[in-house]
Amino acid sequence: MAVTTSSTTPRRTRLAEVTPANLRRRYLRDRVMIGLLVLATLVVLIPLLVIVWYVVSNGIQAVLEPTFWTSDLGSPARALGGRDTGLGHTVLGTLVVDGLALLIAVPIGIGAGIMLSEYPDHPLNPALRILNDTLNGMPAILKGLLAFALIVKPMGTFSGLSGGVALAFVMLPIVARATEGVLRIIPWSIREAGLALGLPRWRVVLNTVLPAARVGVVTGVLIAFARAAGEAAPLLFTAFGNNFFSSAPLRYLTGPVDTLPARLYSLAISPYREWHAMGWGAGVVLLGFVIVTFVVSRLATRQRHQADM
Amino acid sequence: MERANATTRPDTPSPPRPTDAGQGEVRAAVASEAKARLVTEGISVHYGATLGVRDVSLTFRDKTVTALIGPSGCGKTTFLRSLNRMHDLSRGVKVTGRAVLDGTDIYASGVDPVTIRRRIGMVFQKPTPFPTMSIYDNVVAGLKLVGIRDRRLLDEVAERSLRQAALWDEVKDRLKAPAAGISGGQQQRLSIARALAVEADVLLMDEPTSSLDPQSTMRIEELIHQLKDDVTIIIVTHNMQQAARVSDYTAFFYEGNLIEVSDTNTMFTNPREQRTNDYITGRFG
Repeated sequence: MAVTTSSTTPRRTRLAEVTPANLRRRYLRDRVMIGLLVLATLVVLIPLLVIVWYVVSNGIQAVLEPTFWTSDLGSPARALGGRDTGLGHTVLGTLVVDGLALLIAVPIGIGAGIMLSEYPDHPLNPALRILNDTLNGMPAILKGLLAFALIVKPMGTFSGLSGGVALAFVMLPIVARATEGVLRIIPWSIREAGLALGLPRWRVVLNTVLPAARVGVVTGVLIAFARAAGEAAPLLFTAFGNNFFSSAPLRYLTGPVDTLPARLYSLAISPYREWHAMGWGAGVVLLGFVIVTFVVSRLATRQRHQADM
Repeated sequence: MERANATTRPDTPSPPRPTDAGQGEVRAAVASEAKARLVTEGISVHYGATLGVRDVSLTFRDKTVTALIGPSGCGKTTFLRSLNRMHDLSRGVKVTGRAVLDGTDIYASGVDPVTIRRRIGMVFQKPTPFPTMSIYDNVVAGLKLVGIRDRRLLDEVAERSLRQAALWDEVKDRLKAPAAGISGGQQQRLSIARALAVEADVLLMDEPTSSLDPQSTMRIEELIHQLKDDVTIIIVTHNMQQAARVSDYTAFFYEGNLIEVSDTNTMFTNPREQRTNDYITGRFG
């Protein structure tokens, strides 16, 4: 019986006989897949590089003009008459408005993210989640309207303050969601270790969980910042725009101020070639602004303790 | 030798614990004169509708090591985590019964789990150094983060705790180095030092060597022997040789029940229960 069984079993195909052809096919497939990935990378990179090149090549000349940085815009007559004109006031206004947006949105957004991730049982959690997602999906121009209603109306004037608040509304939900996301991937054991030391919950979150997540949090803030820094819509009826340096430093907060995205738009639709050139310059500055912010914060939060993490 | 030490401590009264129905004979097996540090009375842990640990009453004596053994899923870790209220953080987990630490039920209303956890430290399966902190900051984290700023005190505590954890000589020259950069075994000893720094009286260890190599395991076991002079240790382990090596008492858990507890020697040479015998001889689990 045993003999018949073994004689009827088909001879096993030896692995060595099929491997060479099979191996060649596998290598080929590997190359094709890598090729596709490289292609996808190029599709992502090329538009970016084209935009950067196009903006820089058109705007670099305006930016290299010292008066671009030291003068304000004034009337078109200045540009047409070859007198000093520039976007110094716009750069200042942008720094004020964007800086204010960061100051508001980062602490509140991180706080909301901590709430979302660390206190899932808190009664306010579901409401926060819904509101945050709604805010995230809301068109930016409506956030401008909100800031208009909250600040411009009561103050009776357009202001850098209201512009900063409007951009903070843009940043907030992104920061909160990003913070929640990175906190969630920090191992639970870190929290338990902290709690087992007899530390209160908020201490554990603030001093052990959040630092461990800091690179991810910073990335989230940067994405939010880049997004907000490029928004023109929420600034139209908040920061409003201004052709001149403000008369006093405080006026950048309490009065109408210029911002790069909004100014870029108004220069681009103006009928003057000289202003078009400055509009490109505004584009270069905006790009540089975001890139510099990225690089600086990356360097500042670079993983010092790489090791086992 | 340690066992003799525990049983002949002269200045401690005999255990005042009454025996409960069901666990009476189990408790009677523990012949010890050492003072009871932590006593559980009918601890049960519910996961929703299921019972993870059923009615466990155990006495942990001062300056002794108790090993909790049993097959995976037997409830030994669940029980361990009920001893410093770690279950408070898990949704749907309910603990009933009492766990009395020096006369105070840690589950009584008004007892702050934060203060309890300062007295009952915990070391986990995987080393858990705080990844962004230095070795020094890890050790004193439990003090620094509650507002203790006195530099000299912190330095003192750091050195004492690291010496206690047998780590001082290896790290004294790089206290400011990132804690994530030392080896797994060193990280585990760092976790122990950190728990000791807040002057915990009881140390819960949840399979503290299961992620370590034999060399590091040996160091941790030696350390447990030394630490016994200062603290009460309760250790969950999968490794029966380890239980035999480090503990004075051993408790065997099976399917959420405490089956048997006795001094370790008796447990491994002459267990009363058939199931215990089957488990320690490797017939199941």
